Amino acid sequence: MDIFGIPIQALMGQLLIGLINGSFYAILSLGLAIIFGLLNIINFAHGALYMMGAFGAWIGLTWLGLNYWVALVAVPVVVGAVGMLIERTMLKHLYKLDHLYGLLLTFGLALIIEGLFRYRFGISGESYPVPELLSGGFNLGFMFLPKYRAWVVAVSLVVCFGSWFVIERTKLGSYLRAGTENAQLLQAFGINVPLMITLTYGFGVALAAFAGVLAAPVFQVNPVMGSNLIIVVFAVVVIGGMGSIMGSIVTGLGLGLVEGLTRVFYPEASAVVIFVIMGIVLLLRPAGLFGRER
Amino acid sequence: MKRKILGSAVAAAVAMAPALSPAATNVSDAIVKLGVLTDMSGTYSDLSGPGAVEATKMAVEDFIAKEKPDFKIEVISADHQNKADISANKAREWIDTAKVDAIVDLVTTSTALAVMKVANEKNRVSLVNGAGSTPITNEQCNDTTVHWAYDTYALPVGTARAVVKQGGKSWYFITADYAFGHSLEKNTSDVVTKSGGKVLGSVRHPFPGSDFSSFLLSAQASGAQVIGLANAGADTINSIKQAKEFGITPKQSLAGLLMFISDVHSLGLDATQGMYLTTGFYWDRNDETRAWSKRYFERMKRMPTMVQAGDYSAVYHYLKAIKAAGTDEAKAVMAKMREMPVNDFFAKNGKVRVDGRMVHDMYLAQVKKPSESKYPWDYYHIREVIPGDEAYIPLSESKCPLVKK
Repeated sequence: MDIFGIPIQALMGQLLIGLINGSFYAILSLGLAIIFGLLNIINFAHGALYMMGAFGAWIGLTWLGLNYWVALVAVPVVVGAVGMLIERTMLKHLYKLDHLYGLLLTFGLALIIEGLFRYRFGISGESYPVPELLSGGFNLGFMFLPKYRAWVVAVSLVVCFGSWFVIERTKLGSYLRAGTENAQLLQAFGINVPLMITLTYGFGVALAAFAGVLAAPVFQVNPVMGSNLIIVVFAVVVIGGMGSIMGSIVTGLGLGLVEGLTRVFYPEASAVVIFVIMGIVLLLRPAGLFGRER
Repeated sequence: MKRKILGSAVAAAVAMAPALSPAATNVSDAIVKLGVLTDMSGTYSDLSGPGAVEATKMAVEDFIAKEKPDFKIEVISADHQNKADISANKAREWIDTAKVDAIVDLVTTSTALAVMKVANEKNRVSLVNGAGSTPITNEQCNDTTVHWAYDTYALPVGTARAVVKQGGKSWYFITADYAFGHSLEKNTSDVVTKSGGKVLGSVRHPFPGSDFSSFLLSAQASGAQVIGLANAGADTINSIKQAKEFGITPKQSLAGLLMFISDVHSLGLDATQGMYLTTGFYWDRNDETRAWSKRYFERMKRMPTMVQAGDYSAVYHYLKAIKAAGTDEAKAVMAKMREMPVNDFFAKNGKVRVDGRMVHDMYLAQVKKPSESKYPWDYYHIREVIPGDEAYIPLSESKCPLVKK
């Protein structure tokens, strides 16, 4: 059976790959959305922190002998701590200023972090092996699905919807959301808002590092891997609606699928299709698909 | 000989003799200055970059030690960030104010083309090594440019012919969607069909890309025996890595059309084993290449790519030509460079043609299995030596205006 001249099997394969890429988009844009929601910071360093996550996994394996599973837990914690340090020492001075200052600071940070890694590791980067347990794959009939990719989709969905649940359905999450609305009032109720902000930034950064560890066996671990991805992820956040948690998850997965379809029908356009959608969405719904006008 | 027996009193005069003799090299402002213009921190910094600067310095040191020239030599370097406008401005500045005589390396085609034009206007030499596109010695050739280590004709030609000969008859291309990728795909397709193979199709991916699984899936669906990677750098690396992940290799085989030893090193043998590639230099080919490369390794902690080894060879040959010509005037030096054969660890009987192409043998390499690699950087089997005359575009097909037909 063919759809527009493309065998349905090829189409299924490409859609599945779209979903895999969408998982990365979702997990990264979720971190950005959380940070923007509470801190009002457009975190341009997100790509560099994602790259740090991937390098963290590589360093753990090569220098310290820590396997993938340890890295998956330890690296986000360490990189998240670095994030909190950044928040405490630099970002906290910018909350009262325009978005632009946060953007410029984090952009500068991204360049510095990337430069340091480039200096130490060179541009070609390093190769991270797929963990033993997840090597090989399933033959789905229409395509060969590497086990590792299936794992990426599963774990991303769990982490994304888990985060959504915590933020939207728990008491802790209600503090977070209240902080987004009116931080001063929340502080009056005896909540330590500055601490909450620091922890939130740390969590957003940890998500980026987590995505980095997930990406290490799939992509070559190199210092610019984050900057290649971050622009697309920003487009995802804008389309989903800045600061919208569910928006960023759904849009991330959805745009992965759209990209996958474009690669079937007109591969040359697959790099721009997301930006075309962004343009259209901004024209019709400036606050994004899931965002609220303020 | 006479002087020798005249005793120590004359020794001082002997030492001064070269400076006084009429054969002294007429070097402008008494110094030959080499400017290494390359990518010091970007995509190509591993295959050329700081290694290119170091190789140039080695050539200068060796030349001074061995040939004892009567002129001074200085090396300066700068990062051109792979941008043509920055390169052209830097070249102009170097030539006008720093009195640079030759510009070395020039990775990426756009920067090479921009700089060789500026250098030619001001009558200075360009020793191109990093960039690979054929227009450098073809449509846009000029009489003060030399192109040394490889080009995008020689690489795919060697690889494609060999792979078809080994039985890889049907091809599918994964091509970077810009001029370089297109021309690489076209050059290779021509060779494949000429050698009796068949091209089943191609897919073009945005440049730069990171996820190649969709394109690999299309290549897999085509059923082609060989997937030609008409891309470079990180794109090639990620294509190879993901081909393994999706179980495409080893059922279908990959052919890297532009690959350097730095790519193989960064990917590891597990992912690259069995691949064919063409190279202008391999460090472990013979005693001479090993001896030089080990010296390079001492300084850089990496083995040289063909670009870095080529920088050394080109710079040494250029300095020799200055000594032979007795001047550093570009046209005279170029004449000597064409006249003298290139014989060093890099090339045997290499020849600089009228279009600026240094013709030398190329090597078809196959990447070793991890079990076959006995020591660090032991990566290639050299399967075939491709004679220079077969590897490069013949002068009869040249579009260079300098070639008289």
